[in-house]
Amino acid sequence: MPVVAALAKITLLEAIGNRLLWLAVAIIVIAFGLAQFLNQVAITETRDIQIALLAASLRVAAVFILAVFVITSMVRESSDKVTELLLSLPAPRSHYFFGKFLGYAAVGAILALLCALPLIPFAQPLGLALWTASLVCELLIVAAVSLFCVLSLTQVVPTFAAVGGFYLLSRSMAAMQTIANAPLLEHTFTDRMVSGVVDLIALLLPSLDRMTQTTWLLGGGYGNAVVAVFGQTAIYLILICAAGLFDLYRKNF
Amino acid sequence: MPRVVLALLALGLAAQVALKTTAPRPGASAEDLPPAPSIAALRLASFGEPVALAKGLMLYLQAFDYQSGSKVPYQQLDYDRVEAWLARILELDPQGQYPLLAASRLYAEVPIEAKQRSMLEFVYRQFLVDPNRRWPWLAHATVLAKHRLHDLPLALRYARAIQRSATAADVPPWAREMEAFILEDMNELEAARLVIGGYLHSGEVKDPGELRFLDGRLKELEKRARTPQK
Repeated sequence: MPVVAALAKITLLEAIGNRLLWLAVAIIVIAFGLAQFLNQVAITETRDIQIALLAASLRVAAVFILAVFVITSMVRESSDKVTELLLSLPAPRSHYFFGKFLGYAAVGAILALLCALPLIPFAQPLGLALWTASLVCELLIVAAVSLFCVLSLTQVVPTFAAVGGFYLLSRSMAAMQTIANAPLLEHTFTDRMVSGVVDLIALLLPSLDRMTQTTWLLGGGYGNAVVAVFGQTAIYLILICAAGLFDLYRKNF
Repeated sequence: MPRVVLALLALGLAAQVALKTTAPRPGASAEDLPPAPSIAALRLASFGEPVALAKGLMLYLQAFDYQSGSKVPYQQLDYDRVEAWLARILELDPQGQYPLLAASRLYAEVPIEAKQRSMLEFVYRQFLVDPNRRWPWLAHATVLAKHRLHDLPLALRYARAIQRSATAADVPPWAREMEAFILEDMNELEAARLVIGGYLHSGEVKDPGELRFLDGRLKELEKRARTPQK
Protein backbone atom coordinates (compact mmCIF):
# COMPACT_ATOMS: atom_id res chain seq x y z
CA MET A 1 0.00 0.00 0.00
CA PRO A 2 2.34 2.73 -1.21
CA VAL A 3 -0.27 5.47 -0.82
CA VAL A 4 -0.72 4.72 2.89
CA ALA A 5 3.03 4.68 3.55
CA ALA A 6 3.59 7.87 1.53
CA LEU A 7 0.82 9.74 3.33
CA ALA A 8 2.14 8.58 6.71
CA LYS A 9 5.62 9.78 5.79
CA ILE A 10 4.32 13.17 4.59
CA THR A 11 2.37 13.61 7.82
CA LEU A 12 5.42 12.80 9.93
CA LEU A 13 7.56 15.21 7.91
CA GLU A 14 4.91 17.89 8.37
CA ALA A 15 5.14 17.46 12.14
CA ILE A 16 8.91 17.79 12.02
CA GLY A 17 8.65 20.79 9.66
CA ASN A 18 6.20 22.51 12.04
CA ARG A 19 8.78 22.13 14.82
CA LEU A 20 6.18 20.17 16.73
CA LEU A 21 8.76 17.95 18.32
CA TRP A 22 10.81 20.96 19.41
CA LEU A 23 7.67 22.34 21.04
CA ALA A 24 7.26 19.03 22.85
CA VAL A 25 10.88 19.19 24.04
CA ALA A 26 10.35 22.76 25.31
CA ILE A 27 7.23 21.73 27.24
CA ILE A 28 9.04 18.74 28.70
CA VAL A 29 11.92 20.94 29.88
CA ILE A 30 9.45 23.37 31.50
CA ALA A 31 7.55 20.53 33.18
CA PHE A 32 10.83 19.07 34.47
CA GLY A 33 11.80 22.48 35.87
CA LEU A 34 8.44 22.77 37.58
CA ALA A 35 8.88 19.35 39.14
CA GLN A 36 12.32 20.36 40.43
CA PHE A 37 10.81 23.51 41.95
CA LEU A 38 8.14 21.49 43.72
CA ASN A 39 10.86 19.15 44.93
CA GLN A 40 12.28 22.07 46.92
CA VAL A 41 8.91 22.87 48.48
CA ALA A 42 7.95 19.39 49.62
CA ILE A 43 9.27 18.08 52.92
CA THR A 44 8.73 14.40 52.21
CA GLU A 45 7.84 12.03 49.35
CA THR A 46 9.74 14.38 47.07
CA ARG A 47 10.39 11.68 44.45
CA ASP A 48 6.73 10.64 44.41
CA ILE A 49 5.58 14.23 44.10
CA GLN A 50 7.97 14.87 41.22
CA ILE A 51 6.82 11.75 39.43
CA ALA A 52 3.11 12.38 39.99
CA LEU A 53 3.04 16.02 38.96
CA LEU A 54 5.49 15.58 36.08
CA ALA A 55 3.65 12.57 34.67
CA ALA A 56 0.22 14.19 34.94
CA SER A 57 1.33 17.39 33.23
CA LEU A 58 3.26 15.58 30.48
CA ARG A 59 0.26 13.37 29.75
CA VAL A 60 -2.05 16.35 29.30
CA ALA A 61 0.56 18.25 27.27
CA ALA A 62 1.10 15.30 24.89
CA VAL A 63 -2.66 14.93 24.33
CA PHE A 64 -3.07 18.66 23.74
CA ILE A 65 -0.15 18.89 21.28
CA LEU A 66 -1.29 15.88 19.26
CA ALA A 67 -4.94 16.94 19.13
CA VAL A 68 -4.08 20.48 18.04
CA PHE A 69 -1.66 19.18 15.39
CA VAL A 70 -4.14 16.71 13.92
CA ILE A 71 -6.95 19.25 13.83
CA THR A 72 -5.00 22.21 12.41
CA SER A 73 -3.18 20.02 9.90
CA MET A 74 -6.40 18.53 8.53
CA VAL A 75 -8.22 21.88 8.46
CA ARG A 76 -5.32 23.53 6.62
CA GLU A 77 -5.21 20.66 4.15
CA SER A 78 -8.93 21.01 3.54
CA SER A 79 -8.68 24.81 3.11
CA ASP A 80 -5.82 24.41 0.59
CA LYS A 81 -7.85 21.79 -1.32
CA VAL A 82 -5.09 19.28 -0.77
CA THR A 83 -7.65 16.83 0.61
CA GLU A 84 -9.55 16.77 -2.68
CA LEU A 85 -6.27 16.35 -4.55
CA LEU A 86 -5.28 13.36 -2.43
CA LEU A 87 -8.72 11.79 -2.66
CA SER A 88 -8.55 12.07 -6.45
CA LEU A 89 -5.60 9.65 -6.43
CA PRO A 90 -6.35 6.14 -7.74
CA ALA A 91 -6.71 4.66 -4.30
CA PRO A 92 -9.66 3.99 -1.99
CA ARG A 93 -10.62 6.66 0.52
CA SER A 94 -9.71 4.22 3.29
CA HIS A 95 -6.05 4.42 2.14
CA TYR A 96 -6.18 8.20 2.63
CA PHE A 97 -7.72 7.76 6.09
CA PHE A 98 -5.26 5.11 7.28
CA GLY A 99 -2.30 6.92 5.74
CA LYS A 100 -3.13 10.05 7.73
CA PHE A 101 -3.89 8.04 10.86
CA LEU A 102 -0.61 6.14 10.69
CA GLY A 103 1.28 9.40 10.31
CA TYR A 104 -0.46 10.90 13.35
CA ALA A 105 0.05 7.66 15.25
CA ALA A 106 3.80 7.86 14.56
CA VAL A 107 3.83 11.45 15.89
CA GLY A 108 1.95 10.26 18.97
CA ALA A 109 4.42 7.46 19.59
CA ILE A 110 7.36 9.87 19.35
CA LEU A 111 5.61 12.28 21.74
CA ALA A 112 5.03 9.46 24.23
CA LEU A 113 8.69 8.42 24.13
CA LEU A 114 9.80 12.03 24.62
CA CYS A 115 7.45 12.35 27.61
CA ALA A 116 8.94 9.23 29.17
CA LEU A 117 12.50 10.58 29.03
CA PRO A 118 12.35 12.97 32.02
CA LEU A 119 10.75 10.23 34.14
CA ILE A 120 13.62 7.78 33.67
CA PRO A 121 15.67 9.03 36.67
CA PHE A 122 12.68 8.77 39.02
CA ALA A 123 10.30 5.99 38.03
CA GLN A 124 10.41 2.22 38.37
CA PRO A 125 11.49 0.72 34.98
CA LEU A 126 8.58 -1.72 34.63
CA GLY A 127 6.06 0.91 35.66
CA LEU A 128 7.61 3.43 33.26
CA ALA A 129 7.47 0.94 30.39
CA LEU A 130 3.80 0.26 31.10
CA TRP A 131 3.03 3.96 31.49
CA THR A 132 4.74 4.80 28.20
CA ALA A 133 2.97 2.01 26.32
CA SER A 134 -0.32 3.15 27.78
CA LEU A 135 0.38 6.76 26.80
CA VAL A 136 1.04 5.60 23.23
CA CYS A 137 -2.35 3.83 23.27
CA GLU A 138 -4.07 6.90 24.74
CA LEU A 139 -2.53 9.13 22.05
CA LEU A 140 -3.65 6.67 19.35
CA ILE A 141 -7.21 7.03 20.61
CA VAL A 142 -6.92 10.84 20.72
CA ALA A 143 -5.48 10.91 17.19
CA ALA A 144 -8.29 8.72 15.87
CA VAL A 145 -11.00 10.76 17.61
CA SER A 146 -9.44 14.04 16.42
CA LEU A 147 -9.29 12.72 12.85
CA PHE A 148 -12.91 11.57 13.00
CA CYS A 149 -14.12 14.87 14.50
CA VAL A 150 -12.23 17.06 12.03
CA LEU A 151 -13.53 15.07 9.05
CA SER A 152 -17.05 15.61 10.38
CA LEU A 153 -16.90 19.16 11.72
CA THR A 154 -14.20 20.60 9.36
CA GLN A 155 -13.53 23.69 11.55
CA VAL A 156 -10.82 24.16 14.21
CA VAL A 157 -12.79 25.54 17.14
CA PRO A 158 -15.76 23.15 17.18
CA THR A 159 -13.47 20.19 16.51
CA PHE A 160 -11.13 21.15 19.33
CA ALA A 161 -14.10 21.67 21.66
CA ALA A 162 -15.48 18.24 20.72
CA VAL A 163 -12.13 16.48 21.21
CA GLY A 164 -11.47 18.33 24.46
CA GLY A 165 -14.91 17.47 25.76
CA PHE A 166 -14.51 13.84 24.75
CA TYR A 167 -11.13 13.58 26.50
CA LEU A 168 -12.19 15.25 29.75
CA LEU A 169 -15.44 13.29 29.84
CA SER A 170 -13.64 10.01 29.24
CA ARG A 171 -11.22 10.68 32.07
CA SER A 172 -13.86 11.75 34.54
CA MET A 173 -16.67 9.36 33.57
CA ALA A 174 -15.86 6.86 36.33
CA ALA A 175 -16.20 9.60 38.96
CA MET A 176 -19.43 10.81 37.36
CA GLN A 177 -20.91 7.32 37.43
CA THR A 178 -19.98 6.98 41.09
CA ILE A 179 -21.70 10.26 41.89
CA ALA A 180 -24.76 9.52 39.77
CA ASN A 181 -25.25 6.08 41.33
CA ALA A 182 -24.97 7.28 44.91
CA PRO A 183 -27.47 10.07 45.58
CA LEU A 184 -27.70 11.25 49.16
CA LEU A 185 -31.43 10.68 49.40
CA GLU A 186 -33.75 7.98 48.15
CA HIS A 187 -33.53 7.16 44.43
CA THR A 188 -36.22 9.11 42.59
CA PHE A 189 -37.28 8.61 38.98
CA THR A 190 -35.11 11.59 37.98
CA ASP A 191 -32.10 10.08 39.78
CA ARG A 192 -32.57 6.81 37.94
CA MET A 193 -32.95 8.59 34.63
CA VAL A 194 -29.83 10.69 35.16
CA SER A 195 -27.93 7.61 36.27
CA GLY A 196 -29.13 5.75 33.18
CA VAL A 197 -28.05 8.57 30.85
CA VAL A 198 -24.63 8.74 32.48
CA ASP A 199 -24.23 4.96 32.18
CA LEU A 200 -25.29 5.09 28.52
CA ILE A 201 -22.72 7.78 27.74
CA ALA A 202 -20.10 5.78 29.63
CA LEU A 203 -20.76 2.80 27.34
CA LEU A 204 -19.63 4.85 24.36
CA LEU A 205 -16.49 6.31 25.94
CA PRO A 206 -13.12 4.63 26.47
CA SER A 207 -11.93 4.17 30.06
CA LEU A 208 -9.15 6.72 29.83
CA ASP A 209 -9.10 7.04 33.63
CA ARG A 210 -7.69 3.49 33.79
CA MET A 211 -4.95 4.23 31.29
CA THR A 212 -1.56 5.86 31.86
CA GLN A 213 -1.88 5.75 35.64
CA THR A 214 0.59 7.54 37.87
CA THR A 215 0.48 4.69 40.42
CA TRP A 216 2.34 2.48 37.93
CA LEU A 217 5.26 4.89 38.01
CA LEU A 218 5.29 4.74 41.80
CA GLY A 219 5.69 0.99 41.68
CA GLY A 220 2.32 -0.60 42.14
CA GLY A 221 -1.17 -1.41 40.91
CA TYR A 222 -0.23 -3.13 37.65
CA GLY A 223 -2.84 -5.88 37.94
CA ASN A 224 -4.10 -6.86 34.50
CA ALA A 225 -3.40 -3.34 33.24
CA VAL A 226 -1.64 -4.49 30.06
CA VAL A 227 -4.60 -6.53 28.88
CA ALA A 228 -7.09 -3.83 29.85
CA VAL A 229 -5.17 -1.02 28.14
CA PHE A 230 -4.42 -2.83 24.89
CA GLY A 231 -7.88 -4.37 24.75
CA GLN A 232 -9.60 -1.02 25.23
CA THR A 233 -7.33 0.65 22.67
CA ALA A 234 -7.91 -2.02 20.01
CA ILE A 235 -11.68 -1.98 20.42
CA TYR A 236 -11.98 1.78 20.45
CA LEU A 237 -9.69 2.25 17.46
CA ILE A 238 -11.83 -0.16 15.46
CA LEU A 239 -14.96 1.76 16.49
CA ILE A 240 -13.63 5.24 15.76
CA CYS A 241 -11.84 4.30 12.53
CA ALA A 242 -15.05 2.65 11.32
CA ALA A 243 -17.00 5.80 12.22
CA GLY A 244 -14.40 7.97 10.49
CA LEU A 245 -14.48 5.85 7.33
CA PHE A 246 -18.29 5.89 7.35
CA ASP A 247 -18.22 9.69 7.43
CA LEU A 248 -15.47 9.93 4.81
CA TYR A 249 -17.22 7.63 2.35
CA ARG A 250 -20.55 9.43 2.61
CA LYS A 251 -19.03 12.90 2.02
CA ASN A 252 -19.15 14.54 -1.41
CA PHE A 253 -15.93 16.42 -2.10
CA MET B 1 7.95 51.47 12.44
CA PRO B 2 6.34 54.58 14.01
CA ARG B 3 8.11 55.68 17.19
CA VAL B 4 4.77 55.95 18.94
CA VAL B 5 4.41 52.16 18.71
CA LEU B 6 7.79 51.57 20.34
CA ALA B 7 7.06 54.16 23.01
CA LEU B 8 3.69 52.55 23.71
CA LEU B 9 5.32 49.12 24.02
CA ALA B 10 7.95 50.42 26.44
CA LEU B 11 5.33 52.31 28.45
CA GLY B 12 3.05 49.28 28.65
CA LEU B 13 5.89 47.03 29.78
CA ALA B 14 7.08 49.54 32.40
CA ALA B 15 3.54 50.05 33.70
CA GLN B 16 2.93 46.31 33.98
CA VAL B 17 6.21 45.71 35.84
CA ALA B 18 5.50 48.69 38.15
CA LEU B 19 2.01 47.42 38.90
CA LYS B 20 3.20 43.94 39.81
CA THR B 21 6.12 45.27 41.84
CA THR B 22 3.92 47.49 43.99
CA ALA B 23 1.20 44.89 44.50
CA PRO B 24 1.38 42.95 47.80
CA ARG B 25 3.01 39.55 47.55
CA PRO B 26 0.49 36.70 47.40
CA GLY B 27 0.32 34.66 50.56
CA ALA B 28 -1.82 32.04 52.13
CA SER B 29 -2.99 33.24 55.53
CA ALA B 30 -4.72 30.92 57.96
CA GLU B 31 -8.14 32.51 57.55
CA ASP B 32 -8.00 31.94 53.79
CA LEU B 33 -8.05 28.14 54.13
CA PRO B 34 -11.39 27.19 52.59
CA PRO B 35 -13.46 24.19 53.62
CA ALA B 36 -12.39 20.98 51.89
CA PRO B 37 -14.56 19.98 48.92
CA SER B 38 -16.33 16.65 48.93
CA ILE B 39 -14.36 13.59 47.87
CA ALA B 40 -16.72 13.18 44.90
CA ALA B 41 -15.91 16.68 43.67
CA LEU B 42 -12.19 16.08 44.08
CA ARG B 43 -12.33 12.78 42.18
CA LEU B 44 -14.17 14.57 39.41
CA ALA B 45 -11.61 17.37 39.36
CA SER B 46 -8.73 14.91 39.26
CA PHE B 47 -9.71 13.71 35.73
CA GLY B 48 -8.49 10.24 36.51
CA GLU B 49 -5.28 11.34 38.26
CA PRO B 50 -6.19 11.18 41.97
CA VAL B 51 -2.60 10.60 43.09
CA ALA B 52 -1.27 13.65 41.25
CA LEU B 53 -4.13 15.77 42.61
CA ALA B 54 -3.43 14.50 46.13
CA LYS B 55 0.25 15.48 45.88
CA GLY B 56 -0.63 18.91 44.53
CA LEU B 57 -3.26 19.48 47.23
CA MET B 58 -0.80 18.56 49.95
CA LEU B 59 1.64 21.20 48.74
CA TYR B 60 -1.25 23.66 48.55
CA LEU B 61 -2.39 22.88 52.10
CA GLN B 62 1.01 23.14 53.72
CA ALA B 63 1.43 26.64 52.32
CA PHE B 64 -1.35 27.99 54.54
CA ASP B 65 -0.18 29.99 57.51
CA TYR B 66 3.41 28.93 56.98
CA GLN B 67 5.27 32.20 57.10
CA SER B 68 9.02 32.22 57.43
CA GLY B 69 8.85 35.13 59.82
CA SER B 70 6.19 33.62 62.02
CA LYS B 71 7.36 32.16 65.33
CA VAL B 72 4.65 29.55 65.46
CA PRO B 73 3.26 28.51 62.10
CA TYR B 74 -0.13 26.79 61.73
CA GLN B 75 -1.51 27.84 65.13
CA GLN B 76 -4.10 30.15 63.54
CA LEU B 77 -5.50 27.45 61.29
CA ASP B 78 -8.99 26.04 61.69
CA TYR B 79 -8.00 22.48 62.56
CA ASP B 80 -11.38 21.03 61.61
CA ARG B 81 -10.72 22.24 58.08
CA VAL B 82 -7.12 21.02 58.15
CA GLU B 83 -8.29 17.56 59.21
CA ALA B 84 -10.91 17.52 56.47
CA TRP B 85 -8.31 18.40 53.86
CA LEU B 86 -5.87 15.78 55.14
CA ALA B 87 -8.63 13.15 55.14
CA ARG B 88 -9.59 13.98 51.54
CA ILE B 89 -5.96 13.81 50.43
CA LEU B 90 -5.61 10.39 52.07
CA GLU B 91 -8.78 9.19 50.34
CA LEU B 92 -7.35 10.28 46.98
CA ASP B 93 -3.97 8.69 47.66
CA PRO B 94 -4.28 6.07 50.44
CA GLN B 95 -0.65 5.00 50.10
CA GLY B 96 0.75 8.50 50.52
CA GLN B 97 2.62 9.25 53.73
CA TYR B 98 2.82 13.01 53.40
CA PRO B 99 -0.56 13.85 55.02
CA LEU B 100 0.16 11.85 58.18
CA LEU B 101 3.70 13.18 58.40
CA ALA B 102 2.26 16.68 58.23
CA ALA B 103 -0.42 15.79 60.80
CA SER B 104 1.96 14.25 63.33
CA ARG B 105 5.10 16.35 62.82
CA LEU B 106 3.76 19.76 61.77
CA TYR B 107 0.18 20.33 62.84
CA ALA B 108 0.43 18.33 66.09
CA GLU B 109 3.48 20.31 67.18
CA VAL B 110 1.65 23.62 67.75
CA PRO B 111 1.67 24.53 71.47
CA ILE B 112 -2.14 24.54 71.80
CA GLU B 113 -3.28 21.44 73.67
CA ALA B 114 -6.77 21.19 72.16
CA LYS B 115 -5.35 21.33 68.64
CA GLN B 116 -2.62 18.85 69.46
CA ARG B 117 -5.14 16.37 70.85
CA SER B 118 -7.43 16.85 67.87
CA MET B 119 -4.61 16.16 65.42
CA LEU B 120 -3.33 13.16 67.39
CA GLU B 121 -6.81 11.64 67.33
CA PHE B 122 -6.93 12.20 63.59
CA VAL B 123 -3.64 10.31 63.22
CA TYR B 124 -5.06 7.51 65.42
CA ARG B 125 -8.24 7.19 63.29
CA GLN B 126 -6.23 7.12 60.07
CA PHE B 127 -3.80 4.57 61.54
CA LEU B 128 -6.70 2.16 62.08
CA VAL B 129 -7.46 2.30 58.33
CA ASP B 130 -4.04 0.92 57.33
CA PRO B 131 -2.02 0.01 60.46
CA ASN B 132 0.86 -1.78 58.76
CA ARG B 133 1.71 1.23 56.64
CA ARG B 134 0.77 4.07 58.99
CA TRP B 135 2.24 2.89 62.29
CA PRO B 136 5.24 5.35 62.24
CA TRP B 137 2.91 8.31 62.59
CA LEU B 138 1.00 6.80 65.49
CA ALA B 139 4.34 5.96 67.13
CA HIS B 140 5.25 9.64 66.91
CA ALA B 141 1.81 10.53 68.25
CA THR B 142 2.48 8.21 71.20
CA VAL B 143 5.72 10.04 71.95
CA LEU B 144 3.96 13.41 71.73
CA ALA B 145 1.18 12.22 74.03
CA LYS B 146 3.71 11.04 76.58
CA HIS B 147 6.29 13.79 76.49
CA ARG B 148 4.38 16.88 75.36
CA LEU B 149 0.89 16.34 76.69
CA HIS B 150 2.11 14.28 79.66
CA ASP B 151 -0.96 12.12 79.13
CA LEU B 152 0.20 8.59 79.82
CA PRO B 153 -3.28 6.96 79.44
CA LEU B 154 -3.56 8.50 75.96
CA ALA B 155 -0.04 7.36 75.07
CA LEU B 156 -0.91 3.89 76.34
CA ARG B 157 -4.02 3.77 74.15
CA TYR B 158 -1.97 4.62 71.07
CA ALA B 159 0.84 2.22 71.95
CA ARG B 160 -1.69 -0.56 72.53
CA ALA B 161 -3.24 0.08 69.10
CA ILE B 162 0.19 -0.28 67.47
CA GLN B 163 0.93 -3.48 69.34
CA ARG B 164 -2.40 -5.06 68.41
CA SER B 165 -2.94 -3.79 64.86
CA ALA B 166 0.52 -3.26 63.30
CA THR B 167 1.35 -6.92 62.74
CA ALA B 168 3.49 -6.75 59.59
CA ALA B 169 6.94 -8.33 59.76
CA ASP B 170 8.70 -5.01 59.09
CA VAL B 171 7.21 -3.25 62.14
CA PRO B 172 10.25 -2.86 64.42
CA PRO B 173 10.28 -4.29 67.93
CA TRP B 174 10.57 -0.92 69.67
CA ALA B 175 7.20 0.16 68.21
CA ARG B 176 5.44 -3.00 69.35
CA GLU B 177 7.01 -2.81 72.82
CA MET B 178 6.01 0.78 73.58
CA GLU B 179 2.91 -0.42 75.47
CA ALA B 180 4.97 -2.27 78.06
CA PHE B 181 7.29 0.63 78.75
CA ILE B 182 4.46 3.10 79.10
CA LEU B 183 2.77 0.78 81.58
CA GLU B 184 6.03 0.73 83.50
CA ASP B 185 6.13 4.52 83.49
CA MET B 186 2.60 4.52 84.84
CA ASN B 187 3.81 2.29 87.65
CA GLU B 188 1.49 -0.40 86.37
CA LEU B 189 4.23 -2.94 87.01
CA GLU B 190 2.00 -5.98 87.06
CA ALA B 191 0.35 -5.01 83.77
CA ALA B 192 3.75 -4.28 82.19
CA ARG B 193 5.01 -7.67 83.40
CA LEU B 194 2.01 -9.42 81.86
CA VAL B 195 2.42 -7.60 78.55
CA ILE B 196 6.12 -8.41 78.23
CA GLY B 197 5.56 -11.98 79.40
CA GLY B 198 2.73 -12.43 76.91
CA TYR B 199 4.84 -10.97 74.13
CA LEU B 200 7.71 -13.36 74.92
CA HIS B 201 5.42 -16.39 75.04
CA SER B 202 3.63 -15.47 71.81
CA GLY B 203 6.69 -16.49 69.79
CA GLU B 204 6.60 -13.24 67.79
CA VAL B 205 10.04 -12.25 69.07
CA LYS B 206 12.70 -14.04 67.05
CA ASP B 207 15.80 -11.90 67.51
CA PRO B 208 18.09 -13.29 70.29
CA GLY B 209 19.19 -9.81 71.36
CA GLU B 210 15.60 -8.66 71.71
CA LEU B 211 14.72 -11.83 73.64
CA ARG B 212 17.54 -11.19 76.09
CA PHE B 213 16.54 -7.55 76.49
CA LEU B 214 12.87 -8.32 77.14
CA ASP B 215 13.75 -11.15 79.49
CA GLY B 216 15.95 -8.77 81.47
CA ARG B 217 13.13 -6.20 81.64
CA LEU B 218 10.74 -8.89 82.83
CA LYS B 219 13.06 -9.94 85.64
CA GLU B 220 13.54 -6.33 86.66
CA LEU B 221 9.78 -5.74 86.75
CA GLU B 222 9.26 -8.85 88.83
CA LYS B 223 11.91 -7.63 91.27
CA ARG B 224 10.30 -4.20 91.51
CA ALA B 225 6.88 -5.74 91.97
CA ARG B 226 8.15 -7.77 94.95
CA THR B 227 9.83 -4.71 96.53
CA PRO B 228 7.34 -2.69 98.60
CA GLN B 229 6.70 0.77 97.12
CA LYS B 230 7.64 3.66 99.44
